[in-house]
Formats: sequence, structure tokens, C-alpha cells
Amino acid sequence: MSTLKLDLENYKELLKEYIRTKDEQALYQAEQFSKHSMQHNISPEEIINIHVQSLEEIYPEMPADIQASMNFLLETMISYGLAYQEHQALREKQLELKSELSVAANMQKTLLSTKKPDFDGIEIGAISVPAKQMNGDYHHFVQDQEGSLGIGIADVIGKGVPAALCMSMIKYSMDSFPHKRMEPSVILESLNRVVERNVDSSMFITMFYGLYNPQSHKFYYSSAGHEPGYYYHHERGEFCEMDAPGLVLGVTKDAEYPQKEQQVDPGDMIIMLTDGVTECRQGDRFIEPEEVLEIIKKYMDLPAQEMVEQVYKHFEKLQDFQLRDDFTLVVLRRNV
Amino acid sequence: MDFQSCVNIKKEWDIVGARQLGRDIAKKIGFGTVDQARIATAISELARNIYLYAGSGKVCFEAIDDMNHKGLSIIAIDEGPGIEELSQVMEDGFSTSGGLGAGLPGVKRLMDEFDIVSEQGKGTEIKVVKWLR
Repeated sequence: MSTLKLDLENYKELLKEYIRTKDEQALYQAEQFSKHSMQHNISPEEIINIHVQSLEEIYPEMPADIQASMNFLLETMISYGLAYQEHQALREKQLELKSELSVAANMQKTLLSTKKPDFDGIEIGAISVPAKQMNGDYHHFVQDQEGSLGIGIADVIGKGVPAALCMSMIKYSMDSFPHKRMEPSVILESLNRVVERNVDSSMFITMFYGLYNPQSHKFYYSSAGHEPGYYYHHERGEFCEMDAPGLVLGVTKDAEYPQKEQQVDPGDMIIMLTDGVTECRQGDRFIEPEEVLEIIKKYMDLPAQEMVEQVYKHFEKLQDFQLRDDFTLVVLRRNV
Repeated sequence: MDFQSCVNIKKEWDIVGARQLGRDIAKKIGFGTVDQARIATAISELARNIYLYAGSGKVCFEAIDDMNHKGLSIIAIDEGPGIEELSQVMEDGFSTSGGLGAGLPGVKRLMDEFDIVSEQGKGTEIKVVKWLR
């Protein structure tokens, strides 16, 4: 209350000053006054009230009609005042939600973290960046008991919290599979059953799963309706698509996921990604898949991890630093 | 417990009557212009809820004059359908007034005390108090 009284004096002086000088300086102080009032949660009707009181003091002879009109003005401000207070309350609530979400996002990061394994002669680069706070993409490395390297990359159709919850489930089912021999077709069939049983039918998950055998240098892969991967033939200097037929996870119970294989020669690369990469947009235009490959080619001489980071930076910039979808890119290169 | 007076709410016009009576009592108790306007807005909101959702009901006013405080108590009573999700109507931004800051959360902000009892199929009773400072 005391600050308000102080403000009345202050306001009256400012108003007098302005009436006398019609000066920009006084108007600037009025602006400061309104900011200060907002910091103290003073609503518009109180400002009007201060104005009326100041007028009464400056012009004791003010006609009664004018004074009445001031009350009329005050009455019209009440609802604005309420809207202002509601706005403040909602803003606080939004901050709360935001901080809660960032805790959840950090937790998700820990939950879904995967370690890039060290393999002799193979280099791996991986990057996954969420469009919002929570990531609906997922990638996962696992070494099976025969020494092969399993790589999964998945995308929940949808973004944000629901997608993130769904991903945590996928991660835990994959962890619970026996690590004996992780055949892509078997992995996808099992995951499909998990998703079909546990996830709402309006939610779809696509996944590409590959298994690299470092002895035979063969790469086996299956896909559950996921964005095709790419294979780079070092010798021929060209990319070709790597796709396998298979339904999106969770549609029917007994879906099958045929498995394909690819011989990997030194210098060759396997590229796996989500549609956040291939569906980057520049303004209103979707980029062509060739553009992704061109950019990959541009940074190909870098170590794999730097390469995926540079590719990400390129597309982040292209989209004005506002990702529209979660972005995940995994590259595997045979060096020797 | 000085006196109690009520306004029946049936037509939209009755909202104005309730505001008028409420403002007169508030003025007599000694509320200033800003508080009078706030009280009138709260009355409007309560009366409009009765008019829109219950069809009919009443708004009653009571001047409070205890040893050390003075104030105005307003009770809005209807025998309408009642409110199903109280926590929802008390939430900011939920109001059917289209998020214009009013609704019951607005009434709560305008007054110092707020209490609501609602039973489905039986009606709603809202009691609010504004203290004179």
C-alpha cells in the first residue's frame, strides 16, 4: 500500500509536469511508471484511479460530469485488469510447465543414452537433436555376443511428450531382448509385437535395424516402414538406397520383416537417418534426398562424428535454426 | 448480520438490478470507487452465471460489521444443474467466456474470500466476501 501511495504522489507530479511542458521527457517517465507498476502487479483500473485522484487534486474545480465520466472509464477497465491478472497467472504456470518439461527432457536423455561402441576399423558418427524439448527419435547401438554390432534407428510419428514416452518403451524392450544373435528381422518382429500390445493404435513407430559383422564385413538390415538408408560405394563414388519391405511397427500382430544384406568394402559408408533429415524445409520447399547426399559428400573427408555434426549444422542453418522435426543421423564407415 | 437483501435473477435485466443494489450497499459500507467497480463486476459475473446456466436463482447481499472489520458478503444461489468439474471451472483459461479473464477465477480475484458448493442436479451456492481496508 505504501508504494502505491508513493506512486500517487509521483504520478501527480509527473502529470503536472507533462501538462505544463507537453514534454517527451515526462512521457518517457510515464512509460517507466507503467513498467514499474506492472512489476508490482498493479492493474489498469488502479492506474485510472490514480489518474482520477491526481486530477482531482490538480483541478479541485473539475466539473462533476467530467469526474463521473472518469468513473465510467474506470468501470470499463475492470475486465482488462482481470485479463491482465489471468495472463500473469498463466505465465507463471507456463514457466512451471517449461521447467518440468526440461527435467523430463534431461531424464529422457539419460534414459535413452547409448554408447557408441569402439570397433577396430569401423568408425561411427551419430547425432540426434529434438525439434522440441523431448526427442521422438531414437538410435541405439548394441554389441551382441558374437561380436557383431547392432544399430537401430527409430522415429515415432508425432513429436513431443507422447513420442518420447513411446521411445522409452522401445528402448527398454530392446534392452530386454537376449543379446545372443540380434538378427534384424527377428528384432523387428519382436518389437512389433511389443508395440502392437502396448501402444495406442493411433501411434506409429518406424524403425530401421542393421547388424554389422566385423569378420565378414557384411551388413544385414530390415526396415519397419522407416525412411530408407543409403549406402556409399567408395570405389564407384556413388550412393544407393538401402530399403527393405516391412510394415510400420504396431499395425498387425504377425508382420514379417524380410532381411537384406550388403557387402561392405573399405571406405564404404552406411547412412541411416530419420525423416527429420530428409524432410528438412527451406522456406516452403522440402529439400530433395539428393541434397542430403550432396551435403554428406561434402563433409565426407572428415572423421565420422565431425561429419554428422557438420551435416546437422548445415541443415539447422538452412531451416533458420528452427527444426520442424526431430533430426537423427547415423553414419558407419569401414576404414580398413 | 445487519440486514440481508436479495435480487431474484430471471432475466438479463436483473443482472443490472443486482449490480445496482450491490453497489449501493458497497458505497454505504464505505468502499472506494475501484472496489465498488470490482464488486459490481463480481456481481455481474455471478448473476450472469445464474441467468445463463441455471435459468433462475438469486443474489443476496449482507453487510458485515464485526468489532474490527467491515465488509460485504454476497451469496449467489441457484437450483440449476450444478457444476460437474469444479476444479475445471476454477482453472484459468477454461472459462466459456472465451478466456476474457472473467468467469469464476475472475470473481475469486475480484473478492477477498470465495467459497463454492455445487451438487449435480441440485444447484450451486457461491459465497464471496470483500473486506473494507
